Amino acid sequence: MTEIFGRFDFDVIAHWIVPGERVLDLGCGDGSLLKFLKVEKGIRGYGVDNDPDNVLAALRNGVNVLQFDLEKGLAGVDDDAFDHVIMSLSLQTVRHTVPLVKEMLRVGHEAVVSFPNFGHRSHREAIARGRMPVSESLPYQWYDSPNVRFFTIADFEALCAENGIEVREGLFFDEGRAVTEDPNLNADVALYRLGRG
Amino acid sequence: MKSVGVVTPQRASFDVPIALSGGATLPAFDLVYETYGELNAEGSNAVLVCHALSGSHHVAGVYADQPNNVGWWDNLVGPGKPLDTNRFFVVGVNNLGGCYGSTGPMSTNPATGKPYGADFPVVTVEDWVAVQARLADRLGIACWAAVLGGSVGGMQALEWTLQYPDRVRHALVIASTPKLTAQNIAFNEVARQAILGDPDFHGGHYYERDTVPVRGLRLARMVGHITYLSDSQMAEKFGRELKNGRLSYGYDTDFQIESYLRYQGDKFTAYFDANTYLITTKALDYFDPARDYGGDLQSALARAKASFFVASFSTDWRFSPERSREIVYALMHNGRDVSYAEIDCSAGHDSFLLDDAHYHSVVGAYFDRIET
Repeated sequence: MTEIFGRFDFDVIAHWIVPGERVLDLGCGDGSLLKFLKVEKGIRGYGVDNDPDNVLAALRNGVNVLQFDLEKGLAGVDDDAFDHVIMSLSLQTVRHTVPLVKEMLRVGHEAVVSFPNFGHRSHREAIARGRMPVSESLPYQWYDSPNVRFFTIADFEALCAENGIEVREGLFFDEGRAVTEDPNLNADVALYRLGRG
Repeated sequence: MKSVGVVTPQRASFDVPIALSGGATLPAFDLVYETYGELNAEGSNAVLVCHALSGSHHVAGVYADQPNNVGWWDNLVGPGKPLDTNRFFVVGVNNLGGCYGSTGPMSTNPATGKPYGADFPVVTVEDWVAVQARLADRLGIACWAAVLGGSVGGMQALEWTLQYPDRVRHALVIASTPKLTAQNIAFNEVARQAILGDPDFHGGHYYERDTVPVRGLRLARMVGHITYLSDSQMAEKFGRELKNGRLSYGYDTDFQIESYLRYQGDKFTAYFDANTYLITTKALDYFDPARDYGGDLQSALARAKASFFVASFSTDWRFSPERSREIVYALMHNGRDVSYAEIDCSAGHDSFLLDDAHYHSVVGAYFDRIET
């Protein structure tokens, strides 16, 4: 789903990656982020996606892609196998949020997650009007959305605090522009660097 | 889609003895093979296709005198097909111990002047790969662009990366496994007992008595065939449909599935050899690259240098997706390039032979990435 945001989140993520790192990209879609990091940072890594069309697209993009079901975890992957485990705009599509974030921090030294902020002003206004939000960052109707978890920046930070997940850095954007003031109201996308607490 | 057209098998004879895994030595042997496409000047576009239990060197195309004898993987290999013979030079070879022309139990034993029969040594996946390497030498192929195989063919592709890590750039391991389970071995043992117990088997020396252990081989194939199909596909294809519309209250074929299995068994005995069946099931049972590493597949695969494409099929219960994932995880542990597709297909283990659009797209997409 990265295509709807263009490349700004790629640049942010790339900024957090050291050249030559081992990277695992969960919910890699067509593999364009992994390909970008390969070209820009010389990373070695794998994308994971369970959608057959995405697997085919990622194969065509020249990246390593693995068709695994993230809901079943990453039990076969070694502890500390990766420098970074990324989940770009996919966290809202998995049901077992906490186990998955913990898996990310088991197999990787650091996790990078980005997600659409359900608390964005436009979404609050839609709810106030009595309708589920449909926007650039949440482009689906309620009945055909691949998203199964709807949460705000404040919700996510509370989840991290409750589960001993260390928030090392958070960056917030509205239509690709950086947001500093009240991100839970003003940002449509959040990106985080997470560590073991 | 176009085919490679009319093809002609070729024969390569080797007179340097080969020491086999079981301790026996073959003084000389022949391999029958076919090639499709052109080997480029650098010799960098060669792809070896390894066959499964009942397969052969006849991977694609037809024979001039047998226009209906289509190669077993013709839907995948040919001009414009996923393994594109316009780009790649493709080699199919009948394995040692086979019954399609390569040296095997039906060949004459130089020591006795009679067919080897049961005296032909049990060969292993490792042995097959070792003799395939001799053929590669003969064809001027220092390094395969890729080695591809399904089922026990996939075991050979994997074995290539371990035995000759510098002679294969890509391995495509499809519907395969790093080792057989107890259940897999159990089915193989039932098949072997069917053959060994047939009174026409004569301890494997049936050629000279002019008999064939048809009943045993037929039963072996029937058992094997059940493991190649999925429960859901059998239900869909046959269900409880009756052959003659009524129950016989006897031991004739009542149900369509019985008729189908008998037909498959009969068809098989017309072209396959019982001794080769025995050898091949043993090669399957013995394959276990982790055995020398205390069962640790990660350590066993550490010496592989190739990039991998691994694929499994959702309804394959013979070599289930879990078995393929074991290979993938072990390769990830070793930092190898690997891609893995788990293809949704109802046809069980035999799915790997079918012309499924998504399956062929992912295999084709992987081959498109391989530089020649």
